[in-house]
Amino acid sequence: MASNLPPKPTLEHSTTTSGGLAHEHHERPRGMLRWLLTTNHKEIGTLYLIFSLTMFFIGGIFALVVRAELFQPGLQLVQPEFFNQMTTMHGLIMVFGAVMPAFVGLANWMVPLQVGAPDMALPRLNNFSFWLLPVAFTLLLSTLLMPGGGPNFGWTFYAPLSTTYAPPSTTFFILSLHMAGISSILGAINIIATILNLRAPGMRLMDMPLFVWTWLITAFLLIAVMPILAGVITMMLMDINFGTSFFNAAGGGDPVLFQHLFWFFGHPEVYIMILPAFGIVSAIIPTFARKPLFGYASMVYATASIAILSFLVWAHHMFVVGLPLVAELFFMFTTMLIAVPTGVKVFNWIATLFQGSITFETAMLFALAFVVLFSIGGFSGLMLAIAPADFQYHDTYFVVAHFHYVLVPGAIFAIMAGVYYWLPKWTGHYPDERLGRWHFWMSVIGVNLTFFPMHFSGLAGMPRRIPDYALQFADFNMVSSVGALMFGVSQLLFVWGVIKCVRGGEKAPAKAWEGAEDLEWSVPSPAPLHTFDTPPDFKPVTH
Amino acid sequence: MSGGSYYVPESSKWPALGSLAVGTMMVGLGALLVHGRGALVMTLGLVAVLSVMYLWFRDVVHESRRGLYDAQMDRSFRWGMGWFIFSEVMFFAAFFGSLFYVRTFAVPWLDGEGAKGVAALLWPDFTASWPLLNPPSADISGPHEAVSPWQLPLVNTLFLVSSSITLTISHEALKEGYRLTARNWLIGTLVLGISFLVVQGFEYYEAYAHYGLTLQAGIYGSTFFLLTGFHGLHVTIGAITLAVMLGRIIKGHFTRDDHFAFEAAAWYWHFVDVVWIGLFLFVYVF
Repeated sequence: MASNLPPKPTLEHSTTTSGGLAHEHHERPRGMLRWLLTTNHKEIGTLYLIFSLTMFFIGGIFALVVRAELFQPGLQLVQPEFFNQMTTMHGLIMVFGAVMPAFVGLANWMVPLQVGAPDMALPRLNNFSFWLLPVAFTLLLSTLLMPGGGPNFGWTFYAPLSTTYAPPSTTFFILSLHMAGISSILGAINIIATILNLRAPGMRLMDMPLFVWTWLITAFLLIAVMPILAGVITMMLMDINFGTSFFNAAGGGDPVLFQHLFWFFGHPEVYIMILPAFGIVSAIIPTFARKPLFGYASMVYATASIAILSFLVWAHHMFVVGLPLVAELFFMFTTMLIAVPTGVKVFNWIATLFQGSITFETAMLFALAFVVLFSIGGFSGLMLAIAPADFQYHDTYFVVAHFHYVLVPGAIFAIMAGVYYWLPKWTGHYPDERLGRWHFWMSVIGVNLTFFPMHFSGLAGMPRRIPDYALQFADFNMVSSVGALMFGVSQLLFVWGVIKCVRGGEKAPAKAWEGAEDLEWSVPSPAPLHTFDTPPDFKPVTH
Repeated sequence: MSGGSYYVPESSKWPALGSLAVGTMMVGLGALLVHGRGALVMTLGLVAVLSVMYLWFRDVVHESRRGLYDAQMDRSFRWGMGWFIFSEVMFFAAFFGSLFYVRTFAVPWLDGEGAKGVAALLWPDFTASWPLLNPPSADISGPHEAVSPWQLPLVNTLFLVSSSITLTISHEALKEGYRLTARNWLIGTLVLGISFLVVQGFEYYEAYAHYGLTLQAGIYGSTFFLLTGFHGLHVTIGAITLAVMLGRIIKGHFTRDDHFAFEAAAWYWHFVDVVWIGLFLFVYVF
C-alpha cells in the first residue's frame, strides 16, 4: 500500500502565497544567545519540542530499567529502593517533561499559524515559560544523586509516603514541580490570550481549526488545575518542613485529603494530555481522507463536555480508599458519562473516513493507530470506572495497561502524527516515508507487545510498582519487556527521520498535503521566521 | 481580531535570566529547608527575581509610553491578567476546599461519624469539635483558645473592605483626570492595606505568644496559618503593586483612557479583598 501514495502537490505554490515576506528586522543575537533570548513562537516551539524529546528519552531509559528488572522474577539488576525511584521518575518525567511540553511546543508553532497571528500574544512571557522547564527538570533529575535518593513514592506522590516516609530530597522535588507548574500556567495564559485576541479578522470561534479549539479548552483546564497542584504540594512542603498536620490524622488532618486534592488536579491533567491529541488527529484525518471533518460543531461541544466532566470524576481513582457509598456511585456514573462525548469523537473520525479518498502517509498511519489504540485505552477505562470491579483491578497492572494505552499510543502517537504532519511546514522538506513507516510499524508492534499483556497480568492480580513478582506472571512480563525494548529502540528511527528531514529531502510546497485546508498551509514551507505580520484574509470554510 | 500593528518584541534577556533567578531561589530555599544552610543563595535568588521583574516591567512601561502598544495589545494584557487572577482563585480554592473537607469529613470521621466509622478506632477518646483545640494524638498539643472573629479580624475586614472603596474612588478620579485626587485616595488605600498587614502581624504574635496557636498545633493551626498566611502574602504583593502605581502616578504616567497597569493592580486588590471576605467567614466566623 505504501507505494500507492498520490503525487505530492507541485512546488509552484510556495512563493505565491500570502503572509510570507521574511524581512529580517534588526540584528539578531547569534548562536546560543539567539535561543536563550528569543521571543519568536517558532523558535520557542522548537525549543519545547527538543526539550520534550530529550525528556522522552530520559524517561524512556528509566522505563527500560524498570522493564529490565521485570524481565524475570526475582531481583536481578537494581535494588527495590532504586526501582521505586525509577518508576516514580519515569512517570514524573513523561507526564510533566515529555507529553505536556510537547503539546505546548506544537501549540507554540501551530496556534499562531492556524489563527493567522504574528506571534503569541505575550512573546517574552512565552520564553520565560519555556526556560523555567530546563531549570525545573535539572533540579528534579538532580534529586536522584542526593542523599537518600530521589522521589520513590510513585508519580502520584501520595501522603504519607511522600511526607512522613519520604527521602529528604522531596523538598527539592516539590520546588521543581512548582517551577514546572508556573511554566504551565503562564504558557496556558499565553495560549488563551493568543486564541481569543489574535485571530485573523473574520475568523469566528467556530471557524477555528480543532487543534486550536482543543488547546483553548486545554489551556483553561491548565489554569484551573495547576494551581491546585501548587496548593497540594505546598501543603506537603509544610507538613514535611514546618510540622503542620494537613495529611496527618494525629493532628486532625487526613491522608485521604491529599488524594482528593491530587486527583482534583490529576484527572483534568489526564485530559490536558489528551485533548490536544484529539485536535491533532482531527486535523490529520480530514487531510488524508480528503474530506472535511465530520461533525465539526459536535467535536467542539464534545471537547468542552469532556473538560467539564473532568472536574466531576476525580474520586474514581480512589474507589478503594474508603469513600462513602454515595461518593462511589456518584463518581462511577459521572466517569461512565465521559464515554458519551468521547464516543462522539471516535464516531466522527470514523465518519470522516467513510467514503473518503484515503492515503496512508506516516502522519495518517499514526493518526489511525491513535483512533484504534486510544479506544482500547478508553474501553479499559470504562471497565475501571465500574466501582465494584475496580476493587479487583485497583493498583494492578491492569491500571498500568489502561493509562499507558491512552498515553503512549494515545498522546504520544498523536504527537508523532503531528510532527510528521507539520514537518514539511517546519523544515520545508517531506519526511522520509519509508523510514516513517518503519518507525510506525515498529512502534505499533512494540507498544502492543509491551502493554497488551499487562491487561492479563493485571487481571490475574499482579500489583504495580513492585520489583519482583510471583512466577505465574513471568511469561507476560517477559513479553512486555521485549516489547518495551523494541518500542524504545524504534524511537531512534524517529530521531533519525526528523534529523534527516531537517537536513534535506524532497522539497515541500506551501500546501504540503493535498487535502490540508487550514491557514498554516498558506505560508511558505519552511515557514519564515515571521509570518502574518499583517493579518491574512480569512475565508471561512463550511464545516 | 488583528489590526496589523501588533507589537512583537525582538528579543529579551529577562525571561532567561528570570528563570535562572527563580531556579537559584528554589535551590537556596530547598537547601535551607533540607540542610539548614542556603539562606544566602536563596536571598541572592530572591533579589535576582525582584531585579529581573523590575527591569522587565521597566521595558514594558517604556514600550507602552513610546506608544508601541495598540488596542489589541491592551486586550492581550487584559486577558492575561484576568486568567492569572483566575489561577490565583483556584490556588485559594485548593486551600478552602481543604478547610471544608477537614471540617465536614476528616475531623468528624475521627470521632466515629460516617458510614465506615473505622477512623475512630485510632484514637477512641477523641471528640470532634471546630475549631479543633484537642488534636487526636497527645503528641500534638492544640491551641488553648481560638481566635475571636469580632476583635482584630473584624478590624481587618473593615480595613480591607474600605480599601477597596478608596481604590475605586482613586480609579474613578484617574478616569476623570483628577490626578491629585487619584494620588491621595491611592495613598489612603495603601495606608489601609499596610494597616491590615500590621494588624495581621500582631494577630500572629498573639496566636503564637498567648493562644498556643502555631503551625504545629494540629489541623486548626495548619489551616489557619495556611489560609491567612497566603492571603497576607497576596496583600503584600498587591500593596507593592499599588505602591508602584502610586509612583507612576506621581511621575505623570497614565492617561484618562490608558492606564491598564493601574486597573490590573486594582483587579488584583479587589480579588485579595474578596478572598479575605471568604476567610473572615469560614476561617473566623463559622
